[in-house]
Amino acid sequence: MIPTNYYLILSAILFGLGVVAFIFRRNIITIFMSIELMLNAVNLAFVAFSQVWNHLSGQVFVLFVIVVAAAEAAVGLGIIILIQRNRQSLNVERVDQLKL
Amino acid sequence: MNVPLIVFFALAVIAVLGAISLILQKHPIHSALSLIVVMVALAGLYLLMGAEFVAAVQIIVYGGAIMVLFVFVIMLLNAGTEERTNFSSLAKFAGLPLAVALMGCLAAAVYSSNEQVQTVAQSGAPAPTKALSAQLFQEFVYPFELTSFLILVAIVGAMVLAQRDRKESHL
Repeated sequence: MIPTNYYLILSAILFGLGVVAFIFRRNIITIFMSIELMLNAVNLAFVAFSQVWNHLSGQVFVLFVIVVAAAEAAVGLGIIILIQRNRQSLNVERVDQLKL
Repeated sequence: MNVPLIVFFALAVIAVLGAISLILQKHPIHSALSLIVVMVALAGLYLLMGAEFVAAVQIIVYGGAIMVLFVFVIMLLNAGTEERTNFSSLAKFAGLPLAVALMGCLAAAVYSSNEQVQTVAQSGAPAPTKALSAQLFQEFVYPFELTSFLILVAIVGAMVLAQRDRKESHL
C-alpha cells in the first residue's frame, strides 16, 4: 500500500505552494483562494493521520475544517465586495491605509 | 508498482500541477478553476485512503458550494487580470526562499518522523461512514452544534457586510 509519508509530503508541498501564492499574488481573491489551498493541504494531513492511527476523529476534524472554511469564505467574500465598493480595486497594495 | 501507488502519483501530480497553475495564472477565474482541479484530485486521494464521506463532502462543499461562491464573486466584481504594482521588495527577495524553507522544514519533519508514521501503512479497511457519524454525533456533538452556530453568525455577518449601507444616503 501507499506509505503515509507520501501523503504527508504531498500535504507539505501543497501547503508551501499555498504560502507562495499568498505571498506573490496581488489580487485579494487569489490570496483568499490560496488560503483555501492551505486548508485543503491541512485536511489531507488530517485524513492521512486518521488512517495511520486508525482513528476517525481526524476525519471529524476535516468536516469541522470544511465548515469553518465555508463560514470564512462567506464572510471573507463579503469583505472583498466591500473593499471593491470602497476602493474600486482588488489589489492588496492599494488597501494599505485604514482611512479611505 | 502496484495500482494504488500509480493512482496516488497521478492524483498527486494533478494536485501539484493545479496548485502551480493557481500561482501562475493571471486571471482570478483561471486560478479558481485550477483550485477546483486541486480539490477534485484531493477528493480522489481521500477515496484512495478509504474516507468516502470526506471525499463526498470535499466535492459537494468545497468543489461545489465554496468554489461557486468564489466564481460568483469574481464575476460579480468583474475582476480582471491583476495589475502589476510595484512589488514589495521584501516579498520579492525573501518570499520564495522562506516559502521553500517552510516547505522543506515540513517535508523534513515528516520524513524524519517516528517509526510509527513511516511503517504503519493503511489498513485497507474503508472507514465506515456509520462509525464516522457515530463519532460525529456522540463524541463531538457539542463542537458540531457550535459549528451550526458559527454558520449562522457567518450568514448574518456576510449579509450585514454585503448590504448597501442605508445610513449614508441621508448623511
